[in-house]
Amino acid sequence: MENLDIISILGSTIRLSIPLIFTALAGLFTERAGVFDIGLEGKMLFSAFAAAVAAFMTGSPWIGLLAGIAVSVLISLIHGFASITNRGNQIVSGVAINFLASGLTAVLGQAWFSQGGRTPPLSPSARFTEIIFPYANELRDTGFVGRFYANVISGHNVLTYIAFLAVPASWWVLYRTRFGLRLRAVGENPGAVDTAGISVTWLRYRATICAGILCGCSGTYLAIAQSAGFVKDMSAGKGFIALAALIFAKWRPVPVMLACLLFGFLDAFANFMQGKNVPGIGEVPVQIFQALPYVLTCVLLAGFIGVARPPKAGGVPYVKER
Amino acid sequence: MSPSPTVAPAIELIGIDKKFGAVHANKNINLTVAKGSIHGIIGENGAGKSTLMSILYGFYQADGGAIRINGKDTVIHDSQAAITAGIGMVHQHFMLVENFSVLENVILGVEGGALLGRGVSDARSALKRLEADYGLEVDPDAIIEELPVGLQQRVEILKALYRGAEILILDEPTGVLTPAEADHLFRILGVLRDQGKTIILITHKLREIMAITDTVSVMRRGEMVATRQTSGTTVEELAELMVGRRVLLRVEKGPAAPSDVVLSVRNLTVKDGRGVTMVDNVSFDVRAGEVVGIAGVAGNGQSELLEAITGIRKPASGEIFIHGQSVTGLDAARLRTLGLGHIPEDRHHMGLVLGFEESENSILGYHREGRYGRGPLLDLDACRDDAKAKIEKYDIRPPNCRLKTANFSGGNQQKIVVAREIEHDPALLVVGQPTRGVDIGAIEFIHRRLIAMRDAGKAVLLVSVELDEIRSLSDRILVMFAGHVVGEKTPDTGEQTLGLMMAGIAA
Ligand SMILES: Nc1ncnc2c1ncn2[C@@H]1O[C@H](COP(=O)(O)OP(=O)(O)OP(=O)(O)O)[C@@H](O)[C@H]1O
Ligand SMILES: [Mg+2]
Repeated sequence: MENLDIISILGSTIRLSIPLIFTALAGLFTERAGVFDIGLEGKMLFSAFAAAVAAFMTGSPWIGLLAGIAVSVLISLIHGFASITNRGNQIVSGVAINFLASGLTAVLGQAWFSQGGRTPPLSPSARFTEIIFPYANELRDTGFVGRFYANVISGHNVLTYIAFLAVPASWWVLYRTRFGLRLRAVGENPGAVDTAGISVTWLRYRATICAGILCGCSGTYLAIAQSAGFVKDMSAGKGFIALAALIFAKWRPVPVMLACLLFGFLDAFANFMQGKNVPGIGEVPVQIFQALPYVLTCVLLAGFIGVARPPKAGGVPYVKER
Repeated sequence: MSPSPTVAPAIELIGIDKKFGAVHANKNINLTVAKGSIHGIIGENGAGKSTLMSILYGFYQADGGAIRINGKDTVIHDSQAAITAGIGMVHQHFMLVENFSVLENVILGVEGGALLGRGVSDARSALKRLEADYGLEVDPDAIIEELPVGLQQRVEILKALYRGAEILILDEPTGVLTPAEADHLFRILGVLRDQGKTIILITHKLREIMAITDTVSVMRRGEMVATRQTSGTTVEELAELMVGRRVLLRVEKGPAAPSDVVLSVRNLTVKDGRGVTMVDNVSFDVRAGEVVGIAGVAGNGQSELLEAITGIRKPASGEIFIHGQSVTGLDAARLRTLGLGHIPEDRHHMGLVLGFEESENSILGYHREGRYGRGPLLDLDACRDDAKAKIEKYDIRPPNCRLKTANFSGGNQQKIVVAREIEHDPALLVVGQPTRGVDIGAIEFIHRRLIAMRDAGKAVLLVSVELDEIRSLSDRILVMFAGHVVGEKTPDTGEQTLGLMMAGIAA
């Protein structure tokens, strides 16, 4: 293989993992609370669109982020209203959100900007751009450590660092706070939470709001950090890969991050391999690499990491009186 | 201030009414419970006992009626309100988070702050104190699902006491306990009462009512039909009040006429999921026309033995024969075609699919048979007719084969399983805890059916932790301890002797 550039692959691993990390953590909050969230993909897309539009209108990436989060939380609340308050089927509600997101963003984008469903390209000041750490440029050519510092540690936008902070923060919330204890409990046995005098409904709503916030960051990252605007269907299945990562990580925050990094790495590797020859085999179709996260999840879940036990009450609306 | 001549009752329920759809679970119920007493509530399965208590605990909302606690009108719109009013409840089906530790379960809802740190260490010392005060030992860091049910129940009691409950409701607490555990529980309840706490105890075991309660109320079909001083009533009267007719509390049966060996177990060794040997080199026979009872304290290998015989768990070694044919390692479906019927110990895990209609559960396991359909299709009319016949014959209530099984009360769910297995007329019937959580009327009925099976020349293997049940039904008793059969006795053997054998002390 011609010049396997490990540093640049790692750099893009980070970039590609961020939306996965945000989204998988979002799923972590809802699913640990017992609400399945197939609609992560749609929420990403909605918030990407909202962030791009708001950033374009105001020229501020932070307002873009706020808009992305607000829309994503709104969609989460709709999912909550359907599946928590009205005890509807959580999968159906999620799938509906995904369809709605894909269609509505494209239609609105076309209606407002007439650029084939895109939003107009953003100027750098309306985006989250790379932050260069001290001495990163000086160290760029000083051996492996220097290059690693300059390309993998430094040189990302602020959302990247927020994502990595969100991992220990989520862990802390889940395992060290009252809210986290209750949230984990309600995903296992809502009856126990109810008889402990806690409102199951309100608790689950709060979990979906957390998910909305995280998903909003993820969509914003796609539209105004990684790219310079919204493109139709730009989430490209990342919401589902995030779900795979969540299962892979058995619904725990730190493993979620590792799983997302692994999937990000596979993605980066696939991009790197595009058009390159593998010695002895020739050019490998890029789809093979793109399928790897899914294949890996299936294979590893089937045999190597043991049973992934989902939250026991997951997917089941809480009904007391039949 | 002079002491008031009469202390207000701890609990007054006035005209409580509750409907679940078409089911009128509680009809205008009045109940008064004196402070510092133990009040028993009995009634048939589905009489509405759990519903009434769940209303008092704020789990369900009554459609009408009022609640007074310590003489004060109290609106209990959720469990938080009940907890605030000093009420604690141990539910019939435990409300525990199974993958949480004991400590986490105890503090859930009363964490003592937005962060867990301090509250947890406070709870740890509070638990120590409660454990010492009431003899409620349990490791605070143990994970619930790894604890035996007896200890899980202790956690439920600790939960209530930790919240400062002055009124404690226990819904069928002894259904899952061994006799020794039940005795321990009653000692604890006695201590609690002596400290002035009020206790409501729901149970199907009249012996327990007589032993520990001060007063007892009887419910029948949603109504409160009587309240008695325990000292002024008898088991016979209570049984009659419950069922509305005279009940035979003893099983009537003639001598057995055992003939050919139907089930033969040879040197059977069974390991559980963790690889621990639970059944160790066990051999015995069951003949046609006899009931063989297996007595033992829960957890001494009876469950694993049943699972091996019924094809749910592969034995580690040894052989099983039915009618002389080796059936070792065959699966449950195959065994059924060879004439095995199985009433499993745990109806929720193994006997029923709770989300199914009654009619579907009443053919489950036999659904491939020709009479229930053609080829891959089920003949729903045939299934429902069949279910209706069983409902009629076994008096399953409510008599509606289209109702979701989860909506039947525990005892009626058990009857669905019993009806399915007995009506299939197996040559060998393997029965685990047939009357767990079942009311006395139904117990009488199920016992009669089992004896009728025996008299019709079937082989019956019975496992039960109820020594009374074993002694009154069995023709021979095998006692299991630590995976071994430690002895065979006749049913007239004294309870003492059997008890000692079950404890591994005598052989
Ligand atoms: N959540 C519910 N939804 C619908 N119906 C219910 C519900 N809970 C109970 N019922 C019905 O209400 C009636 C009373 O049930 P309940 O559980 O109170 O009986 P119980 O006296 O506790 O019986 P058991 O001794 O079997 O526990 C039954 O007919 C039952 O099917
Ligand atoms: Mg009950």
